[in-house]
Amino acid sequence: MANSIPKPQWQVTGQLIPMRGNDAVAYAVKLARVEFVAAYPITPQTIIVEKIDEMISHGELEADMMHVESEHSALAATYGAAIGGVRAFTATSSHGLAYMYEVLWWVAGSRIPVVMAIVARAIGPPWNIHVEHSDVMVTRETGWLVSVAENNQEALDLTILMFRVTEDPRVYLPGIIGLDGFILSHTVEPVDVPPQEVIDEFLPPRRQPYVFEPGRLVAMGNLMPDEIFEEHRIDMHYSLASASRVIKEAGREYAKLTGRDYSNLTECYRCSDADYLIAGTGSWMGDAKIAVDLLREKGLKFGALRLRWIRPFPWDEVREVGLNKKLVVILDRSISFGYAGQLFIELSSALEAKPSIVGVPAGIGGLDISYSDIAYIGEEAVRLLEEKGRIYIPVLWYHLGGFKSLPPSRQIETTRRAQFLSIDIESIGEDENR
Amino acid sequence: MSSSTTERKLVVDRRGHFLPLSPSEVGSAGKTGSWRTERPVLSPEKCTSCYLCWLYCPDDVITMEPRGPEGNEIPVIDYEYCKGCGICVDVCPVNALSMISEEEPIEIQR
Amino acid sequence: MIEMALNIKSLPKKKYVMPGHAACPGCPETIGFRHLGMALGDKAVTVIPAGCSAVIQGLWPKQGWGLPALNIVFAAGAATASGLARALERRGVDAHVVVWAGDGGTADIGLQSLSGAAERGENIIYVCVDNEAYMNTGIQRSSLTPHGAWTTTTHRGNPGTKKPIPQIVAAHRVPYVATASIGYPWDFIAKLRKAAKIRGFKYIHLHAPCPVGWRFDAGLTGKIAKLAVETGAWILYEYENGKLKLNPPSNRLLDPSKRKPIEEYIKLQGRFRNISPESLEVLKRDIDRNWEEIRTALRAQGDL
Repeated sequence: MANSIPKPQWQVTGQLIPMRGNDAVAYAVKLARVEFVAAYPITPQTIIVEKIDEMISHGELEADMMHVESEHSALAATYGAAIGGVRAFTATSSHGLAYMYEVLWWVAGSRIPVVMAIVARAIGPPWNIHVEHSDVMVTRETGWLVSVAENNQEALDLTILMFRVTEDPRVYLPGIIGLDGFILSHTVEPVDVPPQEVIDEFLPPRRQPYVFEPGRLVAMGNLMPDEIFEEHRIDMHYSLASASRVIKEAGREYAKLTGRDYSNLTECYRCSDADYLIAGTGSWMGDAKIAVDLLREKGLKFGALRLRWIRPFPWDEVREVGLNKKLVVILDRSISFGYAGQLFIELSSALEAKPSIVGVPAGIGGLDISYSDIAYIGEEAVRLLEEKGRIYIPVLWYHLGGFKSLPPSRQIETTRRAQFLSIDIESIGEDENR
Repeated sequence: MSSSTTERKLVVDRRGHFLPLSPSEVGSAGKTGSWRTERPVLSPEKCTSCYLCWLYCPDDVITMEPRGPEGNEIPVIDYEYCKGCGICVDVCPVNALSMISEEEPIEIQR
Repeated sequence: MIEMALNIKSLPKKKYVMPGHAACPGCPETIGFRHLGMALGDKAVTVIPAGCSAVIQGLWPKQGWGLPALNIVFAAGAATASGLARALERRGVDAHVVVWAGDGGTADIGLQSLSGAAERGENIIYVCVDNEAYMNTGIQRSSLTPHGAWTTTTHRGNPGTKKPIPQIVAAHRVPYVATASIGYPWDFIAKLRKAAKIRGFKYIHLHAPCPVGWRFDAGLTGKIAKLAVETGAWILYEYENGKLKLNPPSNRLLDPSKRKPIEEYIKLQGRFRNISPESLEVLKRDIDRNWEEIRTALRAQGDL
């Protein structure tokens, strides 16, 4: 491989700087003129906060940095600052997110815009600091907007977009940018950092539905009759679901200013004439694009559907591209134990299970998945489809180069069975067949 | 509700988002005077206008007004919201306040 | 007394508690909240973690506090106030950000957040309204329940002793820590006003006897609060920049013979009705120990 930085596919509008994904988020925070940051260290999030602190120390960013004693306090303090009228940011991973979980609900229910980066990492035990989407996925129910970056450029762009969208009066909800731990967070890629004046044009001064300050004689969050509470939740759902429109609008404007198009909630690679899709989210979808090219060389017309946004769920886009396909292979880097990967659950319902669908959990706990693994998964799924005519498999777990069919569905024979290093391959999941 | 328009302004923003905000207003738990089984009653001639009953009232239902026999300030109790806890009676240093049953005839109460 | 009476009449008459709120009759928290408003006025913004003071506000679309009240999850009072105070200061808004938390929200689930804010020196006033148990959820024991007290989770009397939270906060070397009591409003108001003039983290621990949880007649809230101080079970003092000072009337009670017998305080409370003689001894020893620590500190300062 050549050592030179590959030429980016996007337009360079500012300075092209090689940086880690976490640095990209920090640069976005600076460009967004964030005024308050509170955070608690957790791997692999730490670089974001270190970089922001460095920027503040060097006078590049004029913000208050609060070094709190826990993630619970990190989000609570960020919320306190946001409700007090300033643009506020925090970042976390894994257990940090789990620890602040109740505060996520509080922020969203208050309708106060806050932006948070989640550097995706497995949740223990056992301890594991590597990438997985379990942490990002548990935020789906909380009323936050949730996006997941594919690369470092997107980590920067989505962070800036997130401030604009969450502070839009049609939305007024907090938002999350997920980026894969280590694969993006600690890996250097060239990133176009747009000039400050471009972002100033794109991102108006902070707007929020109300500010907490002296003289404003209100209570936020006291008891509410149940029927009114439900209406409050209906409004949250409506605002979040219809934030798609605001995202597209902001994405189009961002494209005009930077040449990078975010006007869709999904990205589809070679989808239009595809018979089969590989769907998923996060950095491995870049590998999925290479896998699509490889599969097409073998005569299998694959496309790659990447969810850039998890919430709002890109219902229209997913259905438009997916409903008429023969097969959709859904990659999940997390599992809802006892059922299936979260994206399988979500995408198969949006697609009304019309195409054949295979859910493939893989890469859990940071297990490396390359484009050749993904191509192999695609190939095997097509083979199963051709063998059976139609398939609907929630869990066909891909592990160390092989497959393991697991409940809840009935067993499916695969050409290449997974070899297990620690569990008894004969006894696990075989009961249904006996 | 007479104040419903101002409430709407506070809890719904310009885009029609429904915000979980409640303005400070009397009666957030209703007419709490109905909770009472006994009521505090003042003997105005004994009152020394010391304000202690006002200072301690947990429901803020006492206002000091110049309605005493000599034009001095005496506590006037808002019975619509007074819960009848009796703290005012307990803290009164001159026994100018006493509790009477809600079942006593109304004439006694001045 | 004369000076006190004059002071009372000069206090603001504005309603900082709205009649018709949802507190139980005789509630000490609403008494304390009125004094908070009287002391700090309209510059105050309160942050209220879960507890009685959240429920007292009553039902949407009204609220029972006459100050802005930001409700927040149980463990996050001090952290939320920290962020809010920094934002308001940044925006140039003149405000006193006050955490108004119960004993559980302070000494148990909120202790980490409180410690963090104290250590960072956040410019907030933290008031712990101590009714000595989880009253809002139905009188369960907290780490501030005194020894021997009945609660719904200590039917045979609380086996623990009251955690010395004011000392724990003072050990963070914050500029101001004080105790106060519902029974001594002028003392509490003066301490709040003093705290408001100091920059940094200020902590006031307000003793707040609860008629429902302590099992006494609703009219006796003020009387029991005073008895706690007069018997020495609750001590009024303040640490200014680490220097300890006893406040009236506790400054006259260093000599145990000047104190009323503890029995006068506990006999009015149903929660102590079945206290065993052994438990009563432990309770007394715990109180004596508090006094002994104060005596030691005063001596070390050269004030004794």
